[in-house]
Amino acid sequence: MFNAFWVLLKRDLLLALRRRSEVFTVLFFFLIVISLFPLGVGSEDATLKKIAPGVVWIAALLASTLALDRLFANDYLDGTLEQLILAPQSLSIMVFAKMLAHWLLTGLPLVLIAPLVGLFYHLPTATIGVMMLVLLLGTPVLSMIGAIAAALTLGLRGGGVLVSLLVLPLYIPILVYGSGAISTSMVEGLSIQPYILLLSAFMLLALIFSPWATASALKISLE
Amino acid sequence: MTLEVKNLQCIRGDRELFTNLSFQLEANQLMMLEGQNGSGKTTLLRSLCGLYLQDEGDILWDGVPIHKQDENYRRELLYLGHLNGIKADLTVIENLRINAGLAGEVPTVDVLMDALDTIGLYAFEDFPTSQLSQGQKRRVALARLLISKAKLWVLDEPFVALDIAAVELLQTIIANHVDNGGMVILTTHQEVPLTSGKIKRLSLSDKSFDKDEN
Repeated sequence: MFNAFWVLLKRDLLLALRRRSEVFTVLFFFLIVISLFPLGVGSEDATLKKIAPGVVWIAALLASTLALDRLFANDYLDGTLEQLILAPQSLSIMVFAKMLAHWLLTGLPLVLIAPLVGLFYHLPTATIGVMMLVLLLGTPVLSMIGAIAAALTLGLRGGGVLVSLLVLPLYIPILVYGSGAISTSMVEGLSIQPYILLLSAFMLLALIFSPWATASALKISLE
Repeated sequence: MTLEVKNLQCIRGDRELFTNLSFQLEANQLMMLEGQNGSGKTTLLRSLCGLYLQDEGDILWDGVPIHKQDENYRRELLYLGHLNGIKADLTVIENLRINAGLAGEVPTVDVLMDALDTIGLYAFEDFPTSQLSQGQKRRVALARLLISKAKLWVLDEPFVALDIAAVELLQTIIANHVDNGGMVILTTHQEVPLTSGKIKRLSLSDKSFDKDEN
C-alpha cells in the first residue's frame, strides 16, 4: 500500500527537480513580499517588530496559494490523474503523497528561509525560533486545505483565481493564531503554548479530513 | 472472471446516451464497441472503470458491483484513454517504472527494457518524453500493456496516432492477451484479428437512432 505512496512522492519531487524554477518562484515571491513592507511602511525598529508577524504569515498565505493551481492541474491535463484514480490503492493515500510533496516544495522552504526574514525585521533570536516552529505547524495546513480547493476547481476556466478566493478565507484561523504566536513571543512573561496547541490541533484535523475530502473532490472533478 | 453490465443507463445533460444496455464479457473474449461520434463510447468505457457514475443499472465484476470492491477490481483493470497518462518531463523508462509502481507492480529493469524493445522504443529509454513524436508517446503509453498483469483491458481508441507497424504490433498484443485468458474491450474502427477466443460486437449507434426517431 505504501509502495505507491513512495513512488508518487518521489515522482513529484523528481518532477520539481526537473522544473526547479517553479519551486524558486514561490520562494522568491515570499521574499519579495516580505521585503516590500519595510519599504512602504518605514524601517523603524518598533514598526518592523510590530508588523513582522502579520507580514510573514500573509506572505506565506499568498505564496502557498500561488503554487496551488499546479497541484493537480498538470496531472489532470496529461491524464496521469485518471491513472492515479484507477490505481489499485486508496486515493486518499495517493493524495496525501501529493500534499506532502507540495509542502516539501513550497512550505518547507519558507520555514527554512524564516531566519533571513527575522534578520530583515530585527527580530530577537527566540522569536525567530518561534516563527520557524509556527510556520512548521501552519504551512502543512495551508497545503492540505489548499489541496481540497485545488481539487474542487480542477478543469474550471480561471480556476487559479478561484482557488485563491476559496482558500484565503479558510486560511484566516492559521493567520490569526500563527501571527498571534509570534507577537506573543516578543512580550515578556506570556506563554505561546495555547497558540502552538491550537495550530497543532488544526494540523491534526487537516491530516485526518483533507486527504479524504480532496480524494472525493477529485473524483467529482473527473466525471 | 466475468464483467457483467446490467440495464446500464447514462444521461449527459438532457441527452440520453444509452439506456437498458446489458452485456457480459468473459475470459478469452474481445469486445469491439462501435458507434458514431458522440454515441457514448467513451462514457461507457469510463463508466466501466468507475470514473463516471452511471445513472441507472449495475456493473458487476465476478458478480459484485465494482464500486463495492474498489481496489480488488482496479487491480484487474487497465484503462488507456485518449490521454497517454505520461509525464513530459520524465524519461521514457521513468514513466514506465512509475506507472507500473502506481499500479502496485515492481518490474525489474530487464522487464522494462524488454517492453520498450517490443514496443519499438529501443534506445529511447533515456529520452524525455517531451522530445518524442505523438506516435512514440502513444507507444510509451501502450508499453504499459506489456508490463501490466491486469486481466481486463479497457482501451479507448488505442490505434490513434500509430503507424502501420505499430498498429499490427498492437493487434498482436491484444490477440495475445485474449489468448492468455484476458479480456479486452475497445473502441476502434480497426479490425483486430484474433488467433483464438471470441469477438463480440456492441453498437451504440442503433440505440441513438431509435432515440432520434422517437
